[in-house]
Amino acid sequence: MRNALSKFGQAIKLPGLSFFMAFTITGLIIAVSDAKVLAKFSSPLDFITSALASVGNAYLALFQGSVFDVNLIKDGSFIQGFYPLSETIVTATPLILTGLSVALAFKSGLFNIGAQGQFIFGAIGASYVGFNFDLPIGIHILAAALTGAIFAAIWGGIVGILKARTGAHEVILTIMMNYIAAYFILWVLKTQTFLRPGRIDPIAPEVNENARLPLLAGSGFRLNFGIFIALAAALFVWWLLTKTTIGFKFRAVGANAQAAKTAGISVPFVITSTMMICGALAGLGGAVQVLGSEYALNTDIAGSFGFDAITVALLGRAQPLGTVFAALLFGALQAGGRTMQSNTGVPLDIVQVTQALIVLFIAAPAFVRYIFKIKKMKSSAALTSKGWNG
Amino acid sequence: MSLELRGITKTFGSLTANDSINLRVETGQIHAILGENGAGKSTLMNIVYGLLKADSGEILVDEKFIDISEPSDALNAGIGMVHQHFMLIPVFTVAENIVLGHEKIKKLGVLDISTARDAIKKVSRDFGFEVDPDAIVETLPVGIQQKVEIIRALIYDAKVLILDEPTAVLTPQETDELLKTMQELKRKGTSIIFITHKLREVRAVADQITIIRRGKVVSAVLPTTSEGELASMMVGRAVDLAPVKHKHVIGNAILVAKDLTVRDALGTAVVKAVNFHVNAGEVLAIAGVQGNGQSELARALVNLEDHIEGSINLDGKEIKGSSIYDSLHAGIAFIPESRELDGLVSSFSIAENLILDLHDQAPYAKGLNLSANIVLSEAEKRVAEFDIRLQSVNDAVSTLSGGNKQKVVIARELSRPIKVLVASQPTRGLDVGSIEFVHERILAERDQGRGVILFSTELDEVMALADRIAVMYRGEILEIVDSGVTREELGLLMAGVVNKKASA
Repeated sequence: MRNALSKFGQAIKLPGLSFFMAFTITGLIIAVSDAKVLAKFSSPLDFITSALASVGNAYLALFQGSVFDVNLIKDGSFIQGFYPLSETIVTATPLILTGLSVALAFKSGLFNIGAQGQFIFGAIGASYVGFNFDLPIGIHILAAALTGAIFAAIWGGIVGILKARTGAHEVILTIMMNYIAAYFILWVLKTQTFLRPGRIDPIAPEVNENARLPLLAGSGFRLNFGIFIALAAALFVWWLLTKTTIGFKFRAVGANAQAAKTAGISVPFVITSTMMICGALAGLGGAVQVLGSEYALNTDIAGSFGFDAITVALLGRAQPLGTVFAALLFGALQAGGRTMQSNTGVPLDIVQVTQALIVLFIAAPAFVRYIFKIKKMKSSAALTSKGWNG
Repeated sequence: MSLELRGITKTFGSLTANDSINLRVETGQIHAILGENGAGKSTLMNIVYGLLKADSGEILVDEKFIDISEPSDALNAGIGMVHQHFMLIPVFTVAENIVLGHEKIKKLGVLDISTARDAIKKVSRDFGFEVDPDAIVETLPVGIQQKVEIIRALIYDAKVLILDEPTAVLTPQETDELLKTMQELKRKGTSIIFITHKLREVRAVADQITIIRRGKVVSAVLPTTSEGELASMMVGRAVDLAPVKHKHVIGNAILVAKDLTVRDALGTAVVKAVNFHVNAGEVLAIAGVQGNGQSELARALVNLEDHIEGSINLDGKEIKGSSIYDSLHAGIAFIPESRELDGLVSSFSIAENLILDLHDQAPYAKGLNLSANIVLSEAEKRVAEFDIRLQSVNDAVSTLSGGNKQKVVIARELSRPIKVLVASQPTRGLDVGSIEFVHERILAERDQGRGVILFSTELDEVMALADRIAVMYRGEILEIVDSGVTREELGLLMAGVVNKKASA
């Protein structure tokens, strides 16, 4: 037990210190970009106290926007104070799924930049089944989510087949597929099928009641069943990678494709099936976004879920559990950032700076070790895809 | 120039790589340092050359104490080193490589290459090398590249030359030529420290032999010592250099290759319509200088190559064109040439590596599920059976020594039902003890009635194990001879000279 604890401690040491440094630097930026702070520059003591106050307020708002806000308690409903936590989880849900998509690809030695496009196809598929059919409760959700996952699995699978057959690099392929998906959704939303009656702007009809994911904490919260889908997907990826023969093949190809090939493992099979499963995961993210919180397909449905996924997967060291935690953290930053902006005037963009800094430090472990004088850890196997020569 | 080491000690954590080593190299002497992989030879030489700093001990050149803390100190003291992996820039010419780090410039900052060119010509003349100063290094054969390294050391006045495993990368012919060069250098007064684990070469050229085992000098002997004695001093126990080959009945042909042609990605035939067969209970060695198509032929036998023509018949069944998986499971065990690149997934555990080609078979797999318990218990059995030295089967395979890594590959390949064993350079880079083990296993497979196809560039290995020997030259099998052939006849065949008398 103690051993397991110290192992866990080792595993989160670097990410933990990276957070610490990222928040420190973000704090400095918040302080020096605050005109009220700068005005007190002549008096060092005032300067420091006002800087601390400015940063403290910003971070308090970040917390209030992402976990708990006492000001939201109305009519003695204590639970209402947790509305921000619900927002964090709702934002994190699609990120968990897209993050898993990127993480699983990493394990097979592939760099899936295409979660964004796969997400879009998942959203289109789920939306179409969601508003176009009338199915019984339960079955409708299943049908819509599965259609989204299958659409995206095909979208990802195209990349897998192209790479397996021709050796084209998946980074280039997925980037290009993202462009196609981004413009495809613009076109789809203008077709008669998807145009909402009575509207001329590109927005699809809302999905039927039966196709919506059940809310978990009543109509006052957006928290919905999607989080369970995301957690189940994380469990599935963990099971696939560690307990199955297919996962063994994935990991073998990811770690040394040449040796895997020599041992009779079919590398084209691994590439194609990995990309299909990754597509399905990201597509499920799109489906959950449509069926769980947005209800209507729109041009901005994907936000940057597919791109943040790369950061999330890196932060989670491509481990399923790590990815879940990383996605929750990013969800909290996004949700909290909005409150920070409205309460203190610190722009939402600062959150992106924090996210970038965290990843920057995680990607440069030698630098963090140097600053904190930590010795190199034995099991800090670097997380790499095959880069441009793979 | 003489070089003396007194009480050199170097530790890495809890490991003592060098334990108060004493050594004296006289002027114009070839001093061989013999030891297994990991005995501490390279550490010692890196200390002499200034790449590592000793914890304690002294270095004397011509009876004077000197301080070597970086390679330039060693060079100034007249110590040069030719590394096992050449330190040359492939796209530069010979002359450019030689001036590298010592560039002199003429007027207007123009690089002075002509001085180097003249110096190369002079050294080449003095020592009988044939090296063109303007040749691009990557176009030169390995043997010549090594000469470039030696010339570089000589031009910068090396009086003591360290050669670190110089013959590991050479063909038998190139090896013989290097040994001649060494004697030529010695006659001109250069002292040589010759690091190797190849006994025949040591006995051929060394004046003095120091044997290192586990960081300590265990004995200093003369080259008149027999190979068997040298080997047992190296390993620390009696070693069987010539494994016992039992006479037994050889069976019928179990694998027949007919008109087998292998093409590379550009369509060039690297194996040209070869015909051979191996019988059950027989070792067929495929000998030849590295790069004559053996690697491709070995890979083609399990369909690892993409462009194969002709036929491969395994026990009556055509397997050419099958998948790699089907070829392996039709009954071919395959020991690839590079265990690091092709044989093992280095970040995987030992247990996982032991099932790399068995993971979806019973008893490991039930449907999609991979049984972790059975993987572990079977791994423990393999470890015991093949005497793999490790701490835990859950450790990454990269923590093992070369010999134990190869044992993992062999244990895996021999743990499923096989008819034919294809072994490609199975002892490359291994120490004497591990080589002995690999040889025993190969002969054991033969004695149990399997056909063995052994690809090897090591003449000693070929002669010790083979029942018949096929020699490959430029993608063709020149001759298939029986094991009574002499070293010289084989050497000629490997150089492409067909000797009618040698045919069986």
